[in-house]
Amino acid sequence: MLAVAFGVSFVTFFLMYLAPGEPAEMIAITRYGAENLTAEQVAVIRLAEGLDQPVYLQFGRWLGHVLQGDLGVSLISGEPVLTEILARFPATLQLAVAAMAVSLLIALPAGVIAALKQHSAVDYFTMTGALLGVSMPNFWLGLLLMLLFAVNLGWFPVSGYGGWRNIVLPAITLGTGIAAVTARLTRSSMLEVLAQDYMLTARAKGLGEGRIIAGHALKNALIPVVTMVGLQFGHLLEGAVVVETVFAWPGVGKLLVDAIFARDYALLQGCVLIFAGCFVLVNLVVDLIYVWLDPRIRYEKGG
Amino acid sequence: MHTETGNKAVVGGLIVVLLLAGVAVSAPLLAPGDPGRQNLVLNLIKPCWEYPFGTDELGRCIFSRVVYGTRVSLTIGVVVTAISGLIGVFTGLIAGYFGGLLDEILMRTVDVLLAFPGLVLALVLAGLLGPGLPNVILALALVGWMGYARVVRGAVMAVKVKEFVAGVRALGAGDWYILVRHILPNVLAPVIVMATLGIGHVILNAAALSFLGLGVQPPTPEWGAMLNGGRSYLRTAPHLTVFPGLAIMVTVLGFNFLGDGLRDVLDPRSQAKIPD
Repeated sequence: MLAVAFGVSFVTFFLMYLAPGEPAEMIAITRYGAENLTAEQVAVIRLAEGLDQPVYLQFGRWLGHVLQGDLGVSLISGEPVLTEILARFPATLQLAVAAMAVSLLIALPAGVIAALKQHSAVDYFTMTGALLGVSMPNFWLGLLLMLLFAVNLGWFPVSGYGGWRNIVLPAITLGTGIAAVTARLTRSSMLEVLAQDYMLTARAKGLGEGRIIAGHALKNALIPVVTMVGLQFGHLLEGAVVVETVFAWPGVGKLLVDAIFARDYALLQGCVLIFAGCFVLVNLVVDLIYVWLDPRIRYEKGG
Repeated sequence: MHTETGNKAVVGGLIVVLLLAGVAVSAPLLAPGDPGRQNLVLNLIKPCWEYPFGTDELGRCIFSRVVYGTRVSLTIGVVVTAISGLIGVFTGLIAGYFGGLLDEILMRTVDVLLAFPGLVLALVLAGLLGPGLPNVILALALVGWMGYARVVRGAVMAVKVKEFVAGVRALGAGDWYILVRHILPNVLAPVIVMATLGIGHVILNAAALSFLGLGVQPPTPEWGAMLNGGRSYLRTAPHLTVFPGLAIMVTVLGFNFLGDGLRDVLDPRSQAKIPD
């Protein structure tokens, strides 16, 4: 875990060296523009940012700052990077939670019903829909939803941030792609559980069909789904970058894209670090939930 | 039953993929016009007999551009998947076979790179390297190989303890001979499934990069870039948005069908079939 965190910061720091050109010069271009650039400006920046020192010292110093929560200062706005990211974070979190809610609301019932009625028309319809869902580019879906519900019907605003109406289209856009994968997994996991011996036992005990499904099948079938939902959080973050850009949603994803275009390296590093940090953290939480859902894992690890 | 649906999906997916490959190869024959020719007098024309998908803001024939776009997207999909597949399989083979410190170092690297959401890393890489086709391919290949490495490593570790490996070794075979001739063929099934699904995934991500303006640049007829160009005309000329997106979806759907079908047919869970 710690090794991964260290590796992540290492990669994030050295990413910037992939860009062609010397860092000090690139920062100077970002700040003052390429036309009226002087050698002194570059020299001043090189000294001020410690870019004249050996790379490993720079990395050590940067890492020290990051550990204290100091992600540096945006090259464009001059604001601390952490402040900028934290200001955008709630919007991304809202979008992620709303999208996850949309996806689960679609995927869980669809997957369970498809499994209970295997090989029925409902099953084929759901699974074809799921395959369409994973194959559809979310930015295209976003534009189509925008066209239909915002431009033509006028039910929701085209883009922007504000009331609940604003979040509907972005959340559906981001949620459906993820719902597709979850629905398929819920179905196959449910089918597997339904074929287990303990389902027969439950039936033999004379339990009603409803209790069998809810109490015995669903909880066991959800175990792989929880892991998947956790892994999907990564897709959610990826998708957020695109969806936020489509709908001009002022989140961290949009900030990242803007930082790339503005060549704001400090902000870029900060965003990448935050994205990776969230991803790692969520995976950790998923591991914990997994143990809670399936106590066997705890016993196997000798706890 | 399982295999039967799998076969149907394989055939369906294969037909779509082959058709698309045909379109890519014979683009100059199929496209009614030059994908780059501008005609500002005839801009933003709705789909009609002469321009089946209409024209864009510069009066270019969208149908011709979508047809030529097949070349760009399939090239990116296949080249990126080949590069990342090769890196991943090689890494997985040596990590799983040799184990020890080498395995530790390689798998920690995989863990670290997988801690980044893939598209985010690809975006930043493409942004830093600068836009353009070679950099898009490089960025997507660099973030796409880790999955192959993990799967292959796991499969190698399961295969290398089988008796037939010990047998071949007893006959005097060297490590590399065993790896390439005896272990590789036994771990290839999941890799083929992953690569097929991977091509679709890469095409989606490449289109996303171009849509954000960080991938293949206009005037190259790339579907994602075309969608980005059409965004400003969503109100007045939605056909700029509809057709390139449809092309992406059909292409990715074809590869997903094929990959899913192959998975059902090859069923990675039936690894037990490996001779002991």
